[in-house]
Amino acid sequence: MTANSFRRETLERSIKGGKGQSERHDSAHKHVAGIAEYIDDMPEPAGTLHLYIGLSKVAHGEVTRLDLDPVLAMPGVVGVLTAADVPGLNDISTVHKNDEPLLAERVVQFWGQPLFGVLAQTRGEARKAAQAARIDYAALPHVNDIAAARAAGSALVTADITFLRGDVEGNLAAAKRRVEGSIAIGGQEHFYLESQIAFAFPGEDDEVTVHSSTQHPSEVQHIVAQVLGVPFNAVTIIVRRMGGAFGGKESQANFFAAVAAVAARKFGRPVKVRPDRDDDMTMTGKRHDFVVDYTVGFDDEGRIEAVDAVLAARCGYSADLSSPVMDRALFQADNAYYYPAARLRSEPLKTHTVSNTAFRGFGAPQGMVACERWIEDIAYALGKDPLDIRKLNFYGETERNVTPYHQVVRDNILMRLVEELEDSCAYRRRRAEIIAFNKSSPVLKRGLSLVPVKHGMSFVTTAFNQAGALIHVYTDGSIHLNHGGTEMGQGLYVKIAQILADEFQVDLDLIKITATTTAKVPNTSATAASSGTDLNGMAAADAARQIKERLIAFAMEKYGVARESVAFAANTVLVGEQEFAWADFIKDAYMARVQLSAAGFYKTPDVHWDRSTASGSPFFYYAYGAACAEVVIDTLTGEYKVERVDILHDVGRSINPAIDIGQIEGAFIQAMGWLTTEELWWDERGQLRTHAPSTYKIPLASDVPPVFNVKLADWSVNKSLTIGRSKAVGEPPMMLATSVLEAMSMAVASVADYTLAPNLDAPATPERVLMAVERLKARRKPS
Amino acid sequence: MSPRHAIRFYLNGELVILDDVAPDLTILDYLRVNAMLRGTKEGCAEGDCGACTVLVGRLTGEDGGEEKLQYQAINSCIRFLATLDGCDLVTVDHLSTPDGALHPVQEAMVDKHGSQCGFCTPGFVMALYAMWLNGTHADRESVLLNLQNNLCRCTGYRPIVDAALSISDYGNVDDDPLVRSSAEALARLRDLKDGKRVVIESANGRLFLPADADDLAAILAEHPEATIAAGTTDVGLWVTKMMRSIAPVVFIGHLDDLRGITVTPDAVEFGATVTYEDARPAVESHFPALVALWDRIAGTQIRNMGTICGNIANGSPIGDTPPPLIALGAEIVLRKGNVRRAVRLEDFFIAYGRQDRQPGEFVESVRIPRPDPQRLFATYKVSKRRDEDITAVLGAFNLRIEDGVVREAAIAYGGMAGIPCRARRVEAALLGQPWTLATVERAMTAYEDDFQPLSDWRASADYRMTVARNLLMRFYLASLDKTDERLAAGGVL
Repeated sequence: MTANSFRRETLERSIKGGKGQSERHDSAHKHVAGIAEYIDDMPEPAGTLHLYIGLSKVAHGEVTRLDLDPVLAMPGVVGVLTAADVPGLNDISTVHKNDEPLLAERVVQFWGQPLFGVLAQTRGEARKAAQAARIDYAALPHVNDIAAARAAGSALVTADITFLRGDVEGNLAAAKRRVEGSIAIGGQEHFYLESQIAFAFPGEDDEVTVHSSTQHPSEVQHIVAQVLGVPFNAVTIIVRRMGGAFGGKESQANFFAAVAAVAARKFGRPVKVRPDRDDDMTMTGKRHDFVVDYTVGFDDEGRIEAVDAVLAARCGYSADLSSPVMDRALFQADNAYYYPAARLRSEPLKTHTVSNTAFRGFGAPQGMVACERWIEDIAYALGKDPLDIRKLNFYGETERNVTPYHQVVRDNILMRLVEELEDSCAYRRRRAEIIAFNKSSPVLKRGLSLVPVKHGMSFVTTAFNQAGALIHVYTDGSIHLNHGGTEMGQGLYVKIAQILADEFQVDLDLIKITATTTAKVPNTSATAASSGTDLNGMAAADAARQIKERLIAFAMEKYGVARESVAFAANTVLVGEQEFAWADFIKDAYMARVQLSAAGFYKTPDVHWDRSTASGSPFFYYAYGAACAEVVIDTLTGEYKVERVDILHDVGRSINPAIDIGQIEGAFIQAMGWLTTEELWWDERGQLRTHAPSTYKIPLASDVPPVFNVKLADWSVNKSLTIGRSKAVGEPPMMLATSVLEAMSMAVASVADYTLAPNLDAPATPERVLMAVERLKARRKPS
Repeated sequence: MSPRHAIRFYLNGELVILDDVAPDLTILDYLRVNAMLRGTKEGCAEGDCGACTVLVGRLTGEDGGEEKLQYQAINSCIRFLATLDGCDLVTVDHLSTPDGALHPVQEAMVDKHGSQCGFCTPGFVMALYAMWLNGTHADRESVLLNLQNNLCRCTGYRPIVDAALSISDYGNVDDDPLVRSSAEALARLRDLKDGKRVVIESANGRLFLPADADDLAAILAEHPEATIAAGTTDVGLWVTKMMRSIAPVVFIGHLDDLRGITVTPDAVEFGATVTYEDARPAVESHFPALVALWDRIAGTQIRNMGTICGNIANGSPIGDTPPPLIALGAEIVLRKGNVRRAVRLEDFFIAYGRQDRQPGEFVESVRIPRPDPQRLFATYKVSKRRDEDITAVLGAFNLRIEDGVVREAAIAYGGMAGIPCRARRVEAALLGQPWTLATVERAMTAYEDDFQPLSDWRASADYRMTVARNLLMRFYLASLDKTDERLAAGGVL
């Protein structure tokens, strides 16, 4: 064999676990054995105290007495914690509005607001003792929901915004037809299986280390420093993994880490805090519920002329992330459609309920559900198939391609994607069959809907689009990987490791994935906005390339070869005619004093956004997808079943198809739950009464459609220069579940022969379905 | 015989003897806090998410014949440790071999990408393991039935179901360690049986494990205020959610002499400790119209724990079994000391939170008349989520129709009042009338005379009333046997 042919063979050999391979989750073998360590699984050092939180029992009121003596008298209690114990600033607001005290001082603004802490030898003792507090309140008037907030002239928790493009009044006046309507869209509890938790360890001087179940270690670091009144460098946050998060551990983790840190400081002992599920659901924010009022003008074909909509949300008592969430709802209230003129206005209302927060999709699902509702209204007004209205209004490729926020859509692949799905799932034939079935079936009615998704990728706040990574190559060739992204189950860690394996051309098992910590990669963004792989993958690749550059320079110098003669391939380094095993080459490089560690960095290019003018180009690219859902409803009870779902989704060139499909399926089912059985219900006193799985119903295995075809649009290549030309996948598939809501709409509409828009609000519980059926039956014209 | 003052059970093959057990110590807390076995997770502490699933093996008599060792999945978060006396407890920590080799169930889950965040995963693994051990993994339907009690928020379940369907590709159940060692385990557990009453005093109060039913009667005579707990699926929540003391408590779930199922020509009698799953074969044979309902009572782990008599004794207005049992004319036997009295089930429920049970009395059995095949009998449960949800409205219909005329009618509802109760005026509107659409529509107007339901997070009063009426219509349409096939098959989508 010649050296050249040998070299060619080496280059053709592939590594194990590079990009594009369906590697299993890096922790899968530990998950199934129960040895993947979550924070509550860490052995507690001797002296650990358990903290439990006492909550407000009124929705709005002044605390006139907070008597904790009975708490202190309870067995096992070591001490208590109140606002007076906060050494720094008593505020944990993620946007630094100073509207969210760690512990309430005088006024409480929602049922379940943290008032005090109890520290005891065991968690059970602390929890029981918290019940013993004697608290008196002077009740103040409270507003529960959007209607009440409007009626009371409630304040906005944050500045509203209006997206405006074109002549809305003019186009509406000129449009031949118009629909006006309103849709209520419920909120959603994250229901991560691992509830919130933090474990704080006091250190020397002003130091504290907190193990936090958070998507945003850097923010937790800042908030902990703020409440302790210490510089950021005194605080270290560690996150190995979360037991699910979905946006619920972005800002919502701040409280638990901060309160544990304050207690650890006060008592000089390790402190762990973990709320019971009911308390977790009562005291932490959720997806915003919306009411969207709209007027849409269109022509006889169904082509939209203008959209005028107000998107109001129940934000809760403080700003939290309501501003960017509501902005995101506006950004996606066009979904896939071109509006010649549009006015979209947000109304972030203050209510005396828990402060709503990030949840996978971050407002986009609400904006899109509203948008698809007016598309559907147009279809019913014209007696057409909603899919035809959708396709008629798709963004064009070279014209009709400017969004209400003035970004030009340049990568639109929806027509091809939707038509492929339409064919593969036999949409037209099945729709005809269903219409025939509904005519002959007196009780059971079916519905079918095919809905597209376009989702803008990037943090709208441009500064957040940056990431760091830290890579060490050790002298045995093994690699230590660290980056700013957190692992919540989405497979980020293994995807980044695959990217790194590809860069170095070594097998995946050579790479050790390590816990995310503020001490290794600083100033990170939240693992949110689906950006984990886009940002951290690029940063890791950057670090790898730096090390490779040094290795190439070393090879060129030592062996006197040209740059092109050095190649990394299949666990070897090729230098001219020679081939070195990776570990041997690394050892040689070390002996030659080559630096084998690098910090990588990435910032997304070409994104900008000016909120003051509501214009810019905030998204690096768009991700696309489409789903077709078929449902059957029982018009006597409103019960239903999702019988079949077909999905075609765009992840560009997939880094890990199995992980990406897992994200698509998981997001779809989660959003299906949001739009069907997951209902948040507050009583008139402002207490959330659906605060546990016994009362709050997320989907079960038996709710998954028996036919569930999920495919990647494997021909799609990201036009933008992302890592491996892949696309982000965490959030976009959430919105595919709109097809389920719209399919139920169609089934409901069948009782009035599809002549009336069903106005089915979300979540479409059996109750809402039945009531919509009854409403339509009452309104239909006598035949 | 003098009582024993300690409980004895096997934990992953090792004998555990504990003489200081709080009556309210859950298995989960014992595992995680005392035994430092942290593979088993707490997701909800109310028996709804399944993250805490463990296997409990116990000896079961085969109709007086050979004893068997049966492993069942249960939720450890609401089951009390003391109830493990005489049992074999198996946790996820014990599944892979000490050198880290995965069990076939675990391998299937890894290979099919069945975990994402991994927090629910140990619970799924244990639920699937129980299913596999019991040989019920053949098809998708039974997998879904077995996973009703396990919540996953990440995967969307598809890969977990795939894993469940492929476990046998990764190993043979005959090679499973629990199967191979079952003879020794059985002998071990038999050795633990000493026929003694167990009494444990702890700082948190006193607990009893009676030796048998007579001993239970004796304990209750002495401690009429004691909490009685069989499956602990309800009493468990008193501790984990309400933080109430349950002491003194008498655990009765282990009492084999109350586990009887007696079939006579006209009725089937279920003893106090018969769980839903214990009852399943008898339900399938004698009450086929209740099988669909049975499949929707909570989930597998809870059905392995909860008892029919407990579902009655706790007096809930939304228990799943009382309405059909009332419609069938069931009666219960209440026992105090050696005195027994029979009470018609519909008379047992007096008002919300109040039942016809004296202090020291316990529900010894429930006797359910077998439905006359000439009658129309059906039960419909309506809830927000189809499976593992608490009833919004549950209607049970039992009609005798002769020559097209309604001659007898027993219609009972749950979720419509403070107690499960009959729809007397609706029944009256049907009696003596021809079984026609017009009669049904007329009877539908009588519901408002029978019920004034409440609005809560499960359903509004309006919805409850509309559905209650429509269930009668569904029952009528199904009886015609010519409408939608699925309606005729039981009205469940």
